[in-house]
Amino acid sequence: MTQAVAIPAPQPVSIPIREILPYAILVSVLALAALYFVSTDNNAMTLMAEGYVHEFLHDGRHLMAFPCH
Amino acid sequence: MMRTLLVRGLLAGLLGGVVAAVFAYVVGQPLMDAAIEVEEAAAHGHDHGDPLVGRGVQSTFGLLVAHAAYGVAIGGLFSLLFALAYGRFGAWSPRAYAAVLATGAFLAVSLVPFLAYPANPPGVGEASSVNARTAAYFGLLAISVVAAGIALYVATRLTGRWGGFNTGIALTAGYLAVVTVSGVLLPGFDEADGFPAELLWDFRVAALGNLVVFWVVLGVAFGALAQRSLPAHASASAQATGLRQAGAS
Repeated sequence: MTQAVAIPAPQPVSIPIREILPYAILVSVLALAALYFVSTDNNAMTLMAEGYVHEFLHDGRHLMAFPCH
Repeated sequence: MMRTLLVRGLLAGLLGGVVAAVFAYVVGQPLMDAAIEVEEAAAHGHDHGDPLVGRGVQSTFGLLVAHAAYGVAIGGLFSLLFALAYGRFGAWSPRAYAAVLATGAFLAVSLVPFLAYPANPPGVGEASSVNARTAAYFGLLAISVVAAGIALYVATRLTGRWGGFNTGIALTAGYLAVVTVSGVLLPGFDEADGFPAELLWDFRVAALGNLVVFWVVLGVAFGALAQRSLPAHASASAQATGLRQAGAS
């Protein structure tokens, strides 16, 4: 006798929002600060008057498709 | 678990950034150099004066650091997206979630803003309009990310009633309508006058390829890492269901 036995599909267990939230807040703030430096053309003007950061990251900004001068 | 995923996300993002930086150096930098030559030959070009940071540093170490910083930041955010989505759309494996989410994030974060405001090499784009271009680019990026986030949330609510296929079609159409209308309404910039068309096209393809490389490496690497740290849980209820079905047949 053959019998079909249903094999239980593995169920992914979702992560509770409560556990994610503190990480979400901290990581979002830090990541957005880092992205601001990399991606915006005027970061150097506002944060470093000489523009070293701006020029250092210049090529990466162009090739990652962010607006630049 | 969130801590584990966050570390995995930072690592996968860093790897994606480094691989993309190599791609950008090999494929993009020759075009960058050619564009700077055109820019300097043009009399009306934006005068850089003497660079504070030498071109040699900008095109190597600066390129790597920019990509690595972008990669780590996006990788961290991607791990949050993964943690929020995992297990809430269906019984897929961790790497399937990572692949789908990376594809969607590439669409919402990179491709949609790129299609409205494509990458420009040095020499394209007026210095006077950089603030307006930056505002428009990040405005569309924000609209795209918020619309995609809302679509994801609504999908978790609607899938049970409409089924995954119909929900996916409806929400994708809604998302595309929002970003299309936004892209049309936001200001356009026509500042490539006199710049060689072939070089502009090649540069834009290289920049888009750079973003594709980054997201592919991030998605695959994160998926592989998450697959190992999230062993498939056969929950008690699923096993019970399976046993009941086996007994009934």
